[in-house]
Amino acid sequence: MKNLLSAADLTRDEALEILDTAARMHNIQTREVKKLPPLRGRTIVNLFFEDSTRTRSSFEIAGKWLSADVINVSAKGSSVSKGESLRDTVLTVAAMGVDALVVRHHASGAVQRIAQWVDCGVVNAGDGTHEHPTQALLDAYTLRGRLGSLDGRHVVIVGDITHSRVARSNVLLLTTLGARVTLVAPPTLMPSGVGTWPCETSWDLDETLSGKSFGDVDAVMMLRVQRERMGGGQSGEARGAGQSNFVPTEREYAVLYGLSPRRLALLGEDVPVLHPGPMNRGLEISSAAADSIEHSVVLDQVQAGVAVRMAVLYRLLAGASEEVAV
Amino acid sequence: MNFLIKGAALLGGAEQDVLIHNGTIAEIGASLTSAGAEVIDAAGLVLLPGLVDLHTHLREPGREDTETIATGSAAAALGGYTAVHAMANTNPVADTAELVEQVFRLGERAGLVDVRPVGAVSKHLAGEELAELGSMARSAPAVRVFSDDGRCVHDSQLMRRALEYVKPFGGVIAQHAQDPRLADGTACCHEGEFSGRLGLPGWPAVAEESIIARDVMLAEHTGSRLHVCHVSTAGSVEVIRWAKARGIDVTAEVTPHHLLLTVDLLASYDPVFKVNPPLRPSADVAALRAGLADGTIDAVATDHAPHASHDKDHAFGDAAFGMLGLQTAVGVVAQTMVGAGLLDWAGVADRMSVRPALIGRLDGHGRPIVAGEPANLTLIDPAGTHEVTADSIVSRSRNTPYAGRTLPASVVATFFRGTPTVLSGKLVNGVPA
Repeated sequence: MKNLLSAADLTRDEALEILDTAARMHNIQTREVKKLPPLRGRTIVNLFFEDSTRTRSSFEIAGKWLSADVINVSAKGSSVSKGESLRDTVLTVAAMGVDALVVRHHASGAVQRIAQWVDCGVVNAGDGTHEHPTQALLDAYTLRGRLGSLDGRHVVIVGDITHSRVARSNVLLLTTLGARVTLVAPPTLMPSGVGTWPCETSWDLDETLSGKSFGDVDAVMMLRVQRERMGGGQSGEARGAGQSNFVPTEREYAVLYGLSPRRLALLGEDVPVLHPGPMNRGLEISSAAADSIEHSVVLDQVQAGVAVRMAVLYRLLAGASEEVAV
Repeated sequence: MNFLIKGAALLGGAEQDVLIHNGTIAEIGASLTSAGAEVIDAAGLVLLPGLVDLHTHLREPGREDTETIATGSAAAALGGYTAVHAMANTNPVADTAELVEQVFRLGERAGLVDVRPVGAVSKHLAGEELAELGSMARSAPAVRVFSDDGRCVHDSQLMRRALEYVKPFGGVIAQHAQDPRLADGTACCHEGEFSGRLGLPGWPAVAEESIIARDVMLAEHTGSRLHVCHVSTAGSVEVIRWAKARGIDVTAEVTPHHLLLTVDLLASYDPVFKVNPPLRPSADVAALRAGLADGTIDAVATDHAPHASHDKDHAFGDAAFGMLGLQTAVGVVAQTMVGAGLLDWAGVADRMSVRPALIGRLDGHGRPIVAGEPANLTLIDPAGTHEVTADSIVSRSRNTPYAGRTLPASVVATFFRGTPTVLSGKLVNGVPA
């Protein structure tokens, strides 16, 4: 595996191998000395064209625990406005002698394009509203931890599907791993052509959670909803005409699509609740759900993120065949 | 210099000899001879009136690094064109008589095609105040086509005024139909299966169709002449068909790329396929071909849009819109229309020369091939092929979406007012500096 650009790049066997490797990596998180040697002398650049705290830190920790040299490069502000082409920016960084680039970009497809320009490995850490494959891997890892095998499991993903790279990668990966996915959103936040995706769709969260239409629910993933999608938006001009009025108000969204205490109570007691963060408490997820000891696996996801990213970096830079010694 | 074209199939029909003398078609007949004339063996070739492009971006003034009026004229000549309409979205914008005259003069100096400036509808293309349309109409290039192309004249009142105002001088408003509220500047992928899957901002068909529907009603109300630029959807074809049946004075163009390329190419995220309006699904392509075949769509217009590689070497959403078209238009039309049996060569002449010249009110082009007419002519080898490579492009830019493709038919020669600009498929005077 040279790159990880899309969850669609992974076969079922490859995905399971990464998750199994991640499980072994996970063990070191509880050790006092959290360091493995396999990537010693290798250089990983986190090239972030868009702000990110959690994903960047997660990749940074993952690389460091594998003994790689990890450098963070913030290239925020489009290269267009700086007068430099994306190609020039990327080739400049790559020319410093980089073994892997971990790239986040505000535009869909940017990471796929970057991978065509450089010889080193490239990991997609989120491209626009397209994909975020390591998020899907950490979600799958977390779900496996709670549910065992994902075969035949039913995962409900709720929120702004249109603008969610998390949803796209999860639909691809979870179905590859044998799960069923139902997407829930108001029609304005459901992507064009979603009928061709390998999943069910619903506009009604209560009906979906009831299990009446789409079967019993094994897990619920709540997505972050940007406040500027509500009403006229906070800065409609700056974001362009198309970025507002997807939903009338925050209140109405919370009423119709939020994971309220009432809806939480409808879930079976072993049903995990996921959220990729950062959470809008009171909007898409109530504090009762976010903090629920029985249901919430939000912090497990964060932990899994490091392990999964270690597994991905290991696979990219040390190769699939070598058995990792933990 | 006199030329004798021997044995060309006129409009793809009967083979005739054509004698060109002093810039004019002097004689047509069988077995003509003429002492001192250079003889051009045109056996197996098709002779058309010189092609006329209604929609060309020549980038001068402003972005001479990507194209100049001279290099764009050369690309046009190689593509079989003898006239092009230079769009107004230069820097500065062609919104005054002085600026359109400058473009016109530079075109004359290049001397490869007639460069007919298009005037901006609104000052600075801002969509707020009318530009001095009358002054541009009375200037040396006698501007007849006005367009804010690249931007839609979305204000209904401004569009109405523009349509009315150009009536005294036979002007036409060429609309870039894009409701900016339904498809803003970030919209770059046909809204549908691919935009959803690829996570690219959608450009819905209705953003084009609703503006065309409004504009044909405005044209009816004002009794004015409307031209619709780069029609890209099946629904737009339907609206225009309805408007024409109703007697509304509307014409429309389609680009070569919308006749051939489809939205699935965007899965590569390669911005060479980023164009406005965007590439559409195959059902739209089929409707556009049918509309061009039955005359609902009057013209093929290239929307030739040169861009520097550093304006394309970005993520898809950040890259510039537009693709080259002048040198490949004949090949694409040959493949999609002639090869498919939808148009014969006489039909190609009608859609790529006769009707564009009429829409642009352009004298001396798109004329019948008969004695006494200006010798603006194009010789095409229908059995030839054209392999599109970076080296084959004479534009200053290289953003052709056809690189690596071999297109059918090739332009063998182009005569501009009796003088060959292209012979044996090559520029007679080389590529302009």
